[in-house]
Amino acid sequence: MSLSAQLPALQVVLPLLSAPLAVLLRRGWLAFAVVTAAAWAAFAIAIGLWLQVDALPSNGVISYHIGSWAPPWGIEYRIDRLTSFVLVLVSGMAALVLPYSRASIAREIPQESHYLFYAMLGLCLAGLLGITITGDAFNVFVFLEISSLSAYVLIALGRDRRALAASYRYLIMGSIGATFIVIGIGFLYLMTGTLNLADMAARIGAIESSRPVLAALAFLTVGISLKLALFPLHQWLPNAYTYAPSAVTAFLAATATKVSVYVLIRFYFSVFGDSLVFHKLPLPQLMLWLSLLALFAASFIAIFQDNLKRLFAYSSVGQIGYITLGLSFDSVNGLTASIVHLFNHGIAKAAIFLLIGALVVGIARPGAAPPAPTFDRLAGLARRMPLTSFGIVIAGLSLIGVPGTAGFISKWYLVLAALEKGQLWLVGAILLSSLLAVAYVWRFVEAAYFQAPPPGRELKREAPLSLLIPAWVLVLASVWFGLDTSLTLGSAVEVAEGLVRHRP
Amino acid sequence: MTSALILHPGLVLIGGALLLPFLRGTARSAAVLAIPALALISLWLLPEGELWRIAWLDYELTPLAVDKLARLFASIFALMALIGGLFALRQENRLEVPAAYVYAGSAIGVTLAGDLISVFVFWELMAVGSTLVIWSAGTPAAWAASRRYVAVHLAGGMILFAGITGHILATGELGFTAMETDSVAHWLILAGFLINAGAPPLSAWLPDAYPEASWSGTVFLSAFTTKTAVYVLLRGFPGTEILIWLGLFMIFYGIVYALLENDMRRILAYSIVNQVGFMLVGIGIGTEMALNGAAAHAFTHIIYKALLLMSAGAVLAATGRRKCSELGGLFHSMPFTTLCGTIGALAISSFPLTSGFVSKSMVTQAAIDGHLQSVWLLLAAASAGVFLHAGIKFPWFVFFQRDSGLRPPDPPASLRWAMGLFAFLCIAIGVWPQPLYALLPYPVDYAPYTAAHVITQLQLLLFSGLAFFVMLDALKRTPTITLDVDWLWRVAGPAIARSAHEIWQEARARLAEASAARAAAVGALLARHRQPGGLLLRSWPSGGMALWVMVMLLANLLFYYLG
Repeated sequence: MSLSAQLPALQVVLPLLSAPLAVLLRRGWLAFAVVTAAAWAAFAIAIGLWLQVDALPSNGVISYHIGSWAPPWGIEYRIDRLTSFVLVLVSGMAALVLPYSRASIAREIPQESHYLFYAMLGLCLAGLLGITITGDAFNVFVFLEISSLSAYVLIALGRDRRALAASYRYLIMGSIGATFIVIGIGFLYLMTGTLNLADMAARIGAIESSRPVLAALAFLTVGISLKLALFPLHQWLPNAYTYAPSAVTAFLAATATKVSVYVLIRFYFSVFGDSLVFHKLPLPQLMLWLSLLALFAASFIAIFQDNLKRLFAYSSVGQIGYITLGLSFDSVNGLTASIVHLFNHGIAKAAIFLLIGALVVGIARPGAAPPAPTFDRLAGLARRMPLTSFGIVIAGLSLIGVPGTAGFISKWYLVLAALEKGQLWLVGAILLSSLLAVAYVWRFVEAAYFQAPPPGRELKREAPLSLLIPAWVLVLASVWFGLDTSLTLGSAVEVAEGLVRHRP
Repeated sequence: MTSALILHPGLVLIGGALLLPFLRGTARSAAVLAIPALALISLWLLPEGELWRIAWLDYELTPLAVDKLARLFASIFALMALIGGLFALRQENRLEVPAAYVYAGSAIGVTLAGDLISVFVFWELMAVGSTLVIWSAGTPAAWAASRRYVAVHLAGGMILFAGITGHILATGELGFTAMETDSVAHWLILAGFLINAGAPPLSAWLPDAYPEASWSGTVFLSAFTTKTAVYVLLRGFPGTEILIWLGLFMIFYGIVYALLENDMRRILAYSIVNQVGFMLVGIGIGTEMALNGAAAHAFTHIIYKALLLMSAGAVLAATGRRKCSELGGLFHSMPFTTLCGTIGALAISSFPLTSGFVSKSMVTQAAIDGHLQSVWLLLAAASAGVFLHAGIKFPWFVFFQRDSGLRPPDPPASLRWAMGLFAFLCIAIGVWPQPLYALLPYPVDYAPYTAAHVITQLQLLLFSGLAFFVMLDALKRTPTITLDVDWLWRVAGPAIARSAHEIWQEARARLAEASAARAAAVGALLARHRQPGGLLLRSWPSGGMALWVMVMLLANLLFYYLG
């Protein structure tokens, strides 16, 4: 068979292999080279798969049988437009974060642990890609564990001692979430006798109102909500993001929660069938209210944070609210908004966390370890690091949803979906919550642009280019995708129509 | 895109403006002249029709669509940028010309936009560019004026945006075509356009802001914002009757305030409002002749108003004075500037053989043809008023009257060339109007130089001229300031705010006992929760988190089983 037919397997295998290789090589730069090469290869493969899906007729699926065992007995990798979209996002983020991480972790992680960092990042990438690509329920769980375990290690690598506690809490919560997911999958296996998601979807229609299936849905919903930090199950997230190394925060913020959203969409729309989830159960209302709570509570809490990283971590919880809000509408526009926001928020937030990583390098005393980016250290930062500050502002505008940035597109579709439902008050709520985003972004602007720098910090001292270039690629991307929406919106609409279409 | 050779003239200017800061010396001067020239050439190479189509969201944008009307306005804007750039070659401030080119480029962008979203984007960009032009004067007054200016324009932009959104949601159409004032959305769009045209009740932003720009900045400002508004009204709301009455109001508003005014550039700024009033009347009448007249008048107005402001700018640059009461007798030492200023003054008064005559008479003729006698009468009276305030008052007090003793020389060559070129155009269009008529959107069947037209106009001018010198004493300006609507937000607004503040203080004192405890409690609550361990900054223990997980699971199960 030709290489192009094996791309689905290579997509996961290459990053997976790079991790043990990095451990064996031990040397920091060798590990870096191996994992970076794997990430770039994964990105290239994701683009290759994208093109392959493109070549298929609309809503076509690439089905790859691991070991040539035919599904539903063997494990199947299924790639449709949505899968491919998320694969590109995840692998693309890894491909950008890895070059950044070399200069960033040099200051944040002890030299002797560098190879571990790369190995874990490779593993985490493999896990996330695996969750996305696989068509097998148990396989989802396995890859989820791979990505989660490596994420715990990555967070614990942060030099702040609180990182350890944050990682430990995340471990407990993540394990509960994973257990819930595996219980849910177990129930489904029990009832349908299959682990293949497509097969499961075909069989579940007959028994969808039985109690075990409902229990499975509840366990999966809560388990996945935990992983995607849906309010009020978000409590692990702020500390984990705050104390993890900058590169890790950026990577996880852009990918881990987004992949969880992907899993949720898969289960809700593909497996359970939306008639059960959206018509027979009060789940949409539940999700609507939790999303609104997330929008307001998390964004409100964000305003009062003293640590910039923690501020944006809470902002992430709020922004995830937009994504789940879109899901709860159960309409093409709503789902489109969710999928587009998954992407747009991913790049904007990753840009911000990467820039914060550059920022802590700038405010560190020469030779010393980077301090926490608390607001008292940010006064007058714009004069010291103009590019970094300006980048954060632009990405912040995308979080607010200013026209011309990517964030506007997703909000626009959310508003359209709310109007479609005739719920004007929801439009008001969406716009009002944007004001909260204005408030927390403004806190940064005020500190960086309007406060005088403390004495001795007036000199311009921009972060190294190796940190700025990957971050600015994302900043520009979040403007680009606000203007040219053919890639994001085009595929999101196609996916949403495909998923919502099979309505009786 | 039909061919790779198609350049968007507006983007040529904007792109060139971004290039300018990197150039110095001769290269910069060459670029200042070459960029608008290139824009003008690329404009005339464009074929007619919708040239660019861009998919955005579910819509198809056409940011480059050319027809005769668009080409007419875009041409005069590009020409204005060219001559303005020549005039501003010696401007020391390095921000002004790039800002003016962004401004001019986005004005061209509006004229060439085939859909409302593109119109809006360039509209806002225009506000940014023009604010920067005012700002680059660098004086505290300019800084304050630019802030008031940008506030008005942002408000106008928001009104326009709301209108455009409503229009798109209601009709699903993006195209920028003629609209009826039949829905809230269209009224909002009209209001947004009118704010930029300097229509009442917000006319005051114009004479407030324009005179604060530098000697060259005002020249740019006079040309684009209001005339872009005239263009969008021509395209969007031809024949809307309310425009006639708004236009007449603006005409007399401009005359009255200009007669009262002492600052020479404020006189000319008021006269912009007045002249735009003539154009609005033409648009409101809405016949082909009237629309042609409005378009032609916008074209000639840009030229002679720029010429007038250039001569005023030259005087300002040479003397540093701007009040009529401090100037006078400059014709001794600035003969060329005097000549150009006088030609501009004659053109604005529609003196036969000048450009104003061949364009304004079309509007008045349209009023006659439409049997709008009262409108015609008011327009005729206004023509006399224009001659009074701009035609005689400006040149008389600045260049003639009593000798102020100032003997500044004529300005340097680049300024003289700019003025000379526009003065030449004023006369040339007046003598040979046919090329201009050929550019107009509708076929022109009108001869300006009939005996009746010329004699009527000359009579009007002679008698109003006579009136000026008879009443000269009454018109002598003393150093005063004139109250306008902007008093509301410059003086009354703050005063109201202050008194409201006092009332609030009193009320607060009274409420203090009742609410202080509560407010303090909220404050203390926030403060308490902002400490480590508080609700806002707390790190949640694992046990608490696990509890929430159980709560969520139970809630989900309960809802599913009962649901």
